[in-house]
Amino acid sequence: MAQVKFVSATRMYAKNALPAVDALDLDIKDGEFMVLVGPSGSGKTTALRMLAGLEPLDGGRVEIGDRDVTFVRPKDRDIAMVFQNYALYPQKTVAENMGFALKMQRVPKDERARRVREAARLLDLDDKLLNRKPKQLSGGQRQRVAMGRALVREPQVFLMDEPLSNLDAKLRVQTRSQIAELQRRLGITTVYVTHDQVEAMTMGHRVAVLADGQLQQVDTPRQLYDKPVNQFVAGFIGSPAMNLQNAPLTDGGARLAGTILPLPAPVRSAAGQAGLRELVLGIRPEHLHLADGAGELRGEVMLVEELGADALLHVRLAESGNQVVARTEGRTPPAPGQDVTFNVRPDDVFAFHPQTGARLAG
Amino acid sequence: MTAVPVRAREPGPQKFREMSGKVGWGIVAWVVGIAFFLPVAWMVITAFKPESAAETWPPKFVFSPTLAQFRLVFSGMGPFLTHSLIATTVSTLLVLLLGVPAAYALSVNPIKHWRDGLFFFISTKMLPIVAAIGPLYVIAVHIHLLDSIWLLIILYTAMNLPLAIWMIRSFMLEVPSELLEAARLDGAGRIREITGVIMPVISPGLVSTSLICVIFAWNELFLALNLTVTNAATMPMFLISSVPQEGLYIAHLSAAATVASVPVILVGWIAQRSLVRGLSMGAIK
Repeated sequence: MAQVKFVSATRMYAKNALPAVDALDLDIKDGEFMVLVGPSGSGKTTALRMLAGLEPLDGGRVEIGDRDVTFVRPKDRDIAMVFQNYALYPQKTVAENMGFALKMQRVPKDERARRVREAARLLDLDDKLLNRKPKQLSGGQRQRVAMGRALVREPQVFLMDEPLSNLDAKLRVQTRSQIAELQRRLGITTVYVTHDQVEAMTMGHRVAVLADGQLQQVDTPRQLYDKPVNQFVAGFIGSPAMNLQNAPLTDGGARLAGTILPLPAPVRSAAGQAGLRELVLGIRPEHLHLADGAGELRGEVMLVEELGADALLHVRLAESGNQVVARTEGRTPPAPGQDVTFNVRPDDVFAFHPQTGARLAG
Repeated sequence: MTAVPVRAREPGPQKFREMSGKVGWGIVAWVVGIAFFLPVAWMVITAFKPESAAETWPPKFVFSPTLAQFRLVFSGMGPFLTHSLIATTVSTLLVLLLGVPAAYALSVNPIKHWRDGLFFFISTKMLPIVAAIGPLYVIAVHIHLLDSIWLLIILYTAMNLPLAIWMIRSFMLEVPSELLEAARLDGAGRIREITGVIMPVISPGLVSTSLICVIFAWNELFLALNLTVTNAATMPMFLISSVPQEGLYIAHLSAAATVASVPVILVGWIAQRSLVRGLSMGAIK
């Protein structure tokens, strides 16, 4: 078991291009489940491949368990990786697939078979499947074999590159919790790449949000949700996404949809210091509370999306005419065309710098 | 599967045109197919005729079949067949042995100037072999390999290698890179990566490549004719030798040609499943 460290790790694919990963600094603790999340092209997969040794570094270094592995070959890094498409050897049986790395390490046959069976049991893989070829397995089984191939090696670090993206929605949710549970039980340091923020939030002990090769924020899921450092993180974490609206500054707050939302003094002074006349307000859909005509924010319902437990209202705000999304209780949502008002607790309003995107906070 | 009853639709004019189009193409396909097959059929039929019936015009279709020609063929074929088998098998094995690593170095793990390398290989096929036969002959004489099976093995290997490298390379490019990365992480060295991961995946491609090499080597006449006499003469040489200076020979020649074609057809038939998969490897994911 080991901690993992990225120190100004940089990767450039072409000489004059922007770096795919730009001076990444990231400390991953021993036994931690770290999720790298970001949109496509954010550099999350590249970062993982740098850790795996499949991608050379153009600057900085990577450490596993206090050992600088920047120039160490993949097989000598004591890691195991689960690939997005599983990358199972099609001509080998499940058992051969899982035991291949051990065979390469010249582990005796009996020991190999024992460890393969053990991993199979851990993953609820039927013994009968061990002699099948990958082609004869279902998607979910293949995924577990890929996991098993990593488990068998008993590595210091697990690397997972979107291992659930080829599963259907139901299986994905199921496997998600299984992987998280397994990781907790084994306590092996895990670096997990995904573009799905729900996966990131539910699985990670901590989540690193990347965009354009830059690390935006690394924090616990709770902190990312409650205290995003900038507009990107705020908009990326949470589903549906946070409503972001430009709002002109006034004396006591900011003007939005026919009302003045009060802003805390530190935010106001920060905005004043930056010389801003306008800022970006962020309100999560679940923080827009329907109020029977007595609310502050006014708007008209354009569309209602029923989700069962709750409903999403697409609302056109008064004055600006911008659309926002509000989450509301599902039983009796207002109908399209209806005028509605919302209340917002001042604590639930985020304010961002309109140019830099940084959160303005006291 | 449960059968869903479908009510037959009235054949409208659209449908009719479609149908007649299909029938039209069907006829064209049959005509072309028969045109290709006709000489082969003629060869096989003639092989069973007595020499006197072979050369009549119009050709006779009613005759008493005889195996006399085949008996004659089998009696003289032995050494030729052996030479052909050796030259074909050994050269094809050598092509695979050299072609796989070469293709690897031009695709999966490309060398620095892989484009130049690739072009060099194919450029060797641009020179007409006739232009090289003089020097080849002189060299063969000097290294005492004239009329030797080793000479044919070397030349057939060289002749088939460029095409084989190009083919194998294209198959290797189809191997998903994740698979190779997984092997690298699992600790497979370069040789393991090739033999344990890449080769099983591209095996249909290797079979079709081998088959093409076998066909080319088996049917090769020009080099054999000019560089061998008796010690290494191959099956195509045998065909030529079955044409006598005088007298009738069509039936005999047909029998010899039929026998000479059988191994290639047999190998092709055995390999046909892999062949289709191999040749269409790039087409379907």
